[in-house]
Amino acid sequence: MAAKRSTTNKLTEDESNASRRDFLKKSGLFTALALAPPSLMMASENKWDEKIAEYLETVPLTIEVNGVKQNLNVEPRTTLLDLLREQLHLTGTKKGCDHGQCGACTVHVNGTRILSCLTLASMQQNAQVTTIEGLSKGKKLHPMQEAFIKNDGFQCGYCTPGQIMSGIACIKEGHANSREEIREYMSGNICRCGAYHNIVDAITEVKEGGMLS
Amino acid sequence: MKNFQIIRALSSGSAVSSIAKEKEAMFIAGGTNLVDLMKKNVVAPDKLVDITALDLKKIEFLTGKTSIGALAKNSQVAEDKAIKEKHPLLAMALAAGASQQIRHMATVGGNMLQRTRCSYFYNTDMPCNKRVPKSGCGAIGGSNRMHAIFGASDSCIAVHPSDMCVALAALDATVQVEGPKGKREIKFTDFHRLPGNTPEKDNTLQNKELITSVEIPNNNFSKNVHYLKVRDRSSYAFALISVAAALDIQNNTINDVRLAMGGVAHKPWRLIEAEEFLKGKTVSETIFRQAADLAMKGARGYGDNDFKLVLGPNAIVEALTIASSK
Repeated sequence: MAAKRSTTNKLTEDESNASRRDFLKKSGLFTALALAPPSLMMASENKWDEKIAEYLETVPLTIEVNGVKQNLNVEPRTTLLDLLREQLHLTGTKKGCDHGQCGACTVHVNGTRILSCLTLASMQQNAQVTTIEGLSKGKKLHPMQEAFIKNDGFQCGYCTPGQIMSGIACIKEGHANSREEIREYMSGNICRCGAYHNIVDAITEVKEGGMLS
Repeated sequence: MKNFQIIRALSSGSAVSSIAKEKEAMFIAGGTNLVDLMKKNVVAPDKLVDITALDLKKIEFLTGKTSIGALAKNSQVAEDKAIKEKHPLLAMALAAGASQQIRHMATVGGNMLQRTRCSYFYNTDMPCNKRVPKSGCGAIGGSNRMHAIFGASDSCIAVHPSDMCVALAALDATVQVEGPKGKREIKFTDFHRLPGNTPEKDNTLQNKELITSVEIPNNNFSKNVHYLKVRDRSSYAFALISVAAALDIQNNTINDVRLAMGGVAHKPWRLIEAEEFLKGKTVSETIFRQAADLAMKGARGYGDNDFKLVLGPNAIVEALTIASSK
């Protein structure tokens, strides 16, 4: 709570000071509640102090994820990856290294593949995000998902959502014209099981089959 | 990560004034390096000014020069048809850096401002004069395989990790910046600096200036160019050594040449002496070898990186050979 109030909270300086005082008063109250008899514990179990802190520390965000518009409040420091997994419970997108080195968190933002772990959600106002959960049409899998299964493009599966999101983008970008080009443009997705050969097979099959229109 | 305020700037002027008065405020664009550094607590700004809404994304071909907006994405520049034709060296260098996902996020201005990947800089348990001035250098006498062989100091032997910047240094680019005191131009080769006693300063930007664009003067380096990157794996790794070579060859004679190296210094390392030597000479491996030997004058290793003293000249010869045979 050391940070100054943000203008993005759309509070004037006076209001934000008032809110901060309010918060400090209430958080003091809840500290007292922690020491209070059980009948009073209900309030703190409802985490009101945390909710107040959350309101003060967050910025509003409107974002479309897999075709569904979401009106949310996020901390400025929340990454898109954490937003997807922790707030929207879309755990298909994986947190591998969390430092932009493995590609497991690859998603599409406005049609482009990016690393969600290095993307601040608060900078994605009105963005359209597609995750691995958004690929299938009902029970019908996306052609790239089918191809990964058919070609055995994984072992443990942890990197697979990122590989599939990246593989689709690789074709759409026009970088899947040879095995060498696929390997180069998929190099941001690490597979520690070493399923690379089969991943290239899967992408090649989808590309050559013209399955992405 | 420490929490922070974030505001969105709608003009470069308002972006500059938003952070000018605040010591711990920073600009953010692609965020591919900054967010990582914030996660590691290497930097901890109180306030970020999101500049991604600014109109600085254009690639323009003007009279006598090419102008690339600071917010143009690395992939956008690398895959621009006209850039590939006019400045293929830049396109090659960009394509050699990072991964496609990161190139889609990273901007030209941010690429220039990325910090060193020295592991002591990243590890807050270790001494690092760049991260904490006067705390010492872990890399000198430590693990320094990736480190500098040119222009280092007793304070810092880190290298600048960019590929794009090596090409821009070779191509005589200039950097356009806007700050509280107005606009100015910085020669690309003067933009990054050597560590000296103040390795905490990576570049010569002053007082929260904002990079607005990079300009490349027209040149004759559209054919005989090569960006050679030597690294531990064939893609998605930082350079051990890289060489940007641009030749203007007519009738087997070198009319003009530009040479720069990456992975060897605190800044993109331009090889002026070797360039001067090559001008007017007839293309041959002997000449390339002599130029490479000239380029390596003053190089020194720090133990783990001694191999760069051999790899360096070999890479120069290789880059020149490939470039001249295109």
